[in-house]
Amino acid sequence: MFHIYCPYCEEWREEEEFHAKGQAHIQRPLDPESCSDEEWGDYLFFRDNPRGIHHELWVHAVGCRKFFNITRNTQSYVILETYKMGEQPRFTAENPNGESQGGAASADLDSQTASVQEARA
Amino acid sequence: MSESVNHTDRANTYDACPGADIAQESPLAWSFFNSGAPAPRPNSRVVLRELADRDHLILRGGAIVLDEAVRQVFGVSLPARPQQLVVFNGGVSSLQWLSPDEWLLIVPFGQAYRVETELRQVLGGASVAISDVSAGQTLVELHGEDLAMRELLMKSVAYDVHPRNFPPGKGVTVVMAKSSAILRRPDDSRWELVIRRSFADYLYRWLLDAGEEFEIGVDRNS
Repeated sequence: MFHIYCPYCEEWREEEEFHAKGQAHIQRPLDPESCSDEEWGDYLFFRDNPRGIHHELWVHAVGCRKFFNITRNTQSYVILETYKMGEQPRFTAENPNGESQGGAASADLDSQTASVQEARA
Repeated sequence: MSESVNHTDRANTYDACPGADIAQESPLAWSFFNSGAPAPRPNSRVVLRELADRDHLILRGGAIVLDEAVRQVFGVSLPARPQQLVVFNGGVSSLQWLSPDEWLLIVPFGQAYRVETELRQVLGGASVAISDVSAGQTLVELHGEDLAMRELLMKSVAYDVHPRNFPPGKGVTVVMAKSSAILRRPDDSRWELVIRRSFADYLYRWLLDAGEEFEIGVDRNS
């Protein structure tokens, strides 16, 4: 049993209800007509493959069918957080411990992270 | 049979319900015929019943506008919390949260068109979608012994159905067997499954098989 927290259903749900959809936070060039071929190629084809913290797009395919983001460690497979579309991650490669910057981190995320780590232990 | 009527400038609506002279087959009609339907016996611990006499509508849009419209038409508020299920009209009609902008509305058979029209009139030009999905899915009810129903569901879904996690008034979309279903608990004594028409036969046979140890019976008098 492996559970993922869906930020829209506000519940821990079975892993088989979810699908991974690749890298998150990919920005389409603002003006595709005037961007270079290299920029357009980067946007279309090239994805990060980091060792460590990675932000991914997932979908709760059976359930609310909403897309959301997961911050995952590609070395340990630990899911550090899940957050809604349009929100910013708390854990990043520059800030791997998720230290709150300007008090943005919520108590909700703290409890989520704690229970992930408990489940892993 | 069905007449195309323009209700607003934005949506074409039409009555998908044929007249009483046209026979309707429920999604499970063929399964009852093909796989059989064991009649409930005195030792049946679980009884399955198809509630085919319902119309299903999907409401999509903002929670606030839809809530106002639903309050005006039915006098109940839209379930705002995730996984929330509201039952009204003596347990026949229900509204269920499916997603932050999507709700399932179940009303008695033949009312979908009237309900849709009333909702559209109240909603005016609001940006919403109301779709009649009655023909695409069906409602199956399980009643009987609490523990037997729970064990049957534990064999079928990967979701915690213990009352601690699944109190009455909750409904979730779950993986069921190798398909998916909406599992809901309208009250203490019943469980309901909303299953897709194309998977109805598979899930019906799955339930018969899983319920064999509980002497499952099928109540055909709905």
